[in-house]
Amino acid sequence: MKNKKRGRAFILCPALLLWAAVGVFPPAGEGLGQVTAKEDVITLRVCNWEEYIDLGDWDEEELIELDNGVEILGVNALYEEFEDWYYETYGKRVQVEYSCFGTNEDLYNQLTLGDTYDLVCPSDYMIMKLMAQGDLEPYSEEFFDGEIEENYYRRGVSPYIARVFAENHINGESWERYAAGYMWGVTGVLYNPELMTREEASTWAVFDNPAFYRQITLKDNVRDTYFSTLGYLLRDRLTDSAFVNDPDYSRKLGEMMNDVSPETIQAVEELLAGIMGNIYALETDSGKADMVTGKIIANYQWSGDAVFAMDQAEEDGVYLEFAVPRECTNLWFDGWVMLRDGIGGDPEKKQAAEAFVNFLSRPDNAVRNMYYIGYTSAISGGEDDTVFSYLNWCYGAEDGEEGEGEQLVAYPVGYFFSEDSEDENYVVYTRQEQVGRQLYTQYPSRETISRAAVMWYFDEEETRDINQMWINIRCLDVREIPLWCVLLTLCVLAALGVSVILHKKNRYYN
Amino acid sequence: MGVLRFSRKQLCIPYAVFLLCFVAAPLLVIIYYAFTNGEGNFTLRNLTGFFTSPYTIGTLAYSFAIAAVTTCVCLLLAYPIAYILARSQWKRKSVIVVMFVLPMWINFTLRITALKEILTVIEGNLAFHPFLNTVVGMTYDFLPFMILPMYTTLLKLDKSLLEAAADLGAGPFQVFCKVTLPLSVPGIISGVVMVFLPSMTNYVVLDMLYNSTYIMGSLIGSFFSAYDWHNGSMIALILLLIILVFTLVTDRYTEEDAGSRGGTLL
Repeated sequence: MKNKKRGRAFILCPALLLWAAVGVFPPAGEGLGQVTAKEDVITLRVCNWEEYIDLGDWDEEELIELDNGVEILGVNALYEEFEDWYYETYGKRVQVEYSCFGTNEDLYNQLTLGDTYDLVCPSDYMIMKLMAQGDLEPYSEEFFDGEIEENYYRRGVSPYIARVFAENHINGESWERYAAGYMWGVTGVLYNPELMTREEASTWAVFDNPAFYRQITLKDNVRDTYFSTLGYLLRDRLTDSAFVNDPDYSRKLGEMMNDVSPETIQAVEELLAGIMGNIYALETDSGKADMVTGKIIANYQWSGDAVFAMDQAEEDGVYLEFAVPRECTNLWFDGWVMLRDGIGGDPEKKQAAEAFVNFLSRPDNAVRNMYYIGYTSAISGGEDDTVFSYLNWCYGAEDGEEGEGEQLVAYPVGYFFSEDSEDENYVVYTRQEQVGRQLYTQYPSRETISRAAVMWYFDEEETRDINQMWINIRCLDVREIPLWCVLLTLCVLAALGVSVILHKKNRYYN
Repeated sequence: MGVLRFSRKQLCIPYAVFLLCFVAAPLLVIIYYAFTNGEGNFTLRNLTGFFTSPYTIGTLAYSFAIAAVTTCVCLLLAYPIAYILARSQWKRKSVIVVMFVLPMWINFTLRITALKEILTVIEGNLAFHPFLNTVVGMTYDFLPFMILPMYTTLLKLDKSLLEAAADLGAGPFQVFCKVTLPLSVPGIISGVVMVFLPSMTNYVVLDMLYNSTYIMGSLIGSFFSAYDWHNGSMIALILLLIILVFTLVTDRYTEEDAGSRGGTLL
């Protein structure tokens, strides 16, 4: 046995040494080879959220057969398939270096510490922050040419998402020049309908409802918690009919929900301190499982995770529902942006990055991602009805499929798929229960979407103020420590000190 | 042969490189950030800010409280076990010792996840006792670190001293108080150090057991995620200093004891 092992170590050692030597001092020949290779292979460095792209490897049974005749099956990871597609389409080789990040802040910190990527996929506020700092490379004009077959993003992006991107500006430039939408959704309350009514769940006040004392969780995330508490704080004004019917409602809603003035932060802090005494806890990821095991009966949730949680709970025989508060909701999205530092003015690289976005936006790939991740793609497909067919495949029901004494419901999603929100071509006929569940969560109704507000990025000073508010909420205030605790601690310390001194004295006598 | 000659000192080089890259260099970065502001100028505001904010001081107190209670509970649980084990005549003692160490072979997040379910069955709703849950979780996590050093110390304890005390007329209780306990102090101290310091910063246990109050570790994290490297580094530095002082004090105590009583036992 021993000899065998040693023999293997002998083989390994030279191999390791060789490998180390090559790594540290590349032979001249190989260096030359790299230069020539660099000329015909474009390297694209992509950084995306973890578990946020279809990695393929589906089982045969998972084949999705859509009504429009399209069949979808994920074989390889999409970024690998992109390399082949790019070669077939443009006749050039591209190599994707794919990596992942955990939070927007992690990504930002990586970028400031000198990591370079060409294409990244941060959330709304981080896109705004990067855009405001001038770190982003704008998409080329060619990217927006709807006549080109391969411009799947331009031809397939949902008119609703396109409008949001066109209407919002940073430094006088609209987002659409710098960002291409990937996934989107809203925030709301995931709840157990057996223990809470839809009416009770449909307000940000639910977290302060004494009827659910210690039974609901909020997110361990200052932005989400600030938003929901602010919605609760402003609930009367937000639901006032004069305000809702104001012709300038959307803009005013956005301003109100992005108010980070010191007075507002102060008011939110006071309210949040009370809420903290009523909720179960703050959580980042455990909420989904805790709903199934029954530890909690509701939690603050992003729509994508809510769909995932509902699917999972269903397998365990628990039926959960998702409600969007009547005051307002946070419209969030993740989008692809090109980094100026990474692209470095290289037109080939920029073209490859844009092609990558287009490839992910091809309707069948958008469906693969939705199936795999559970989030909602920003792609509606334009003239291609693959995405809508997928929606029907997931949630559509035919006459005769309805339950006892139940009628199929018409659920219009026209606002997302066409300019016309009443478009009869885009109506899903579904069972009543879906209206409060996955379908509603993935594609909220037009009426729900009308009260959605995007949350902006905070500048340096605002970030500091908000973080200070969060620390005040999360930390124990030394002034709140009861006197008996202090006295007890002092007594214990004194006793310890005395015993140590006595111990030493005794030793000298010995 | 003889071209490459290694002296024993050269064997330290890999570790020295490791130390330089992963301990010394980051430490310098922390010190740099701790004493500068956003513009890169020298400042003491991070330091004064820490000691004047009731919230950071409160967090320090809370971390201390969790660590102190955890250490006491571990001590009270571990000492009798270590004592009984070390004194027992049973031939397969090592099997029982392995049983105490066994949980350490499983990743601690998995263990805490399991503990969460057990506690829920016992308590019903975990949200009512966050402090208690945290202490239970920490104890569960760190108990083996307390048992092992004390067991080793008590095992190596010179039995003839106990016999001598008994011969000279001390009762069993007196023998324990006057001989066993003082002689096991080095083991107690290394156990205390191994439990107290990590439990001051192990915020994963708090997160997983639904305790939303910050301790030192999570406070540093919250500054970092708000891009505030300076205040975060200052707190990290203060924490390092506390640990350093604590280690120095206990080290001195152990050395004194070991010197006067004859040899370290661990």
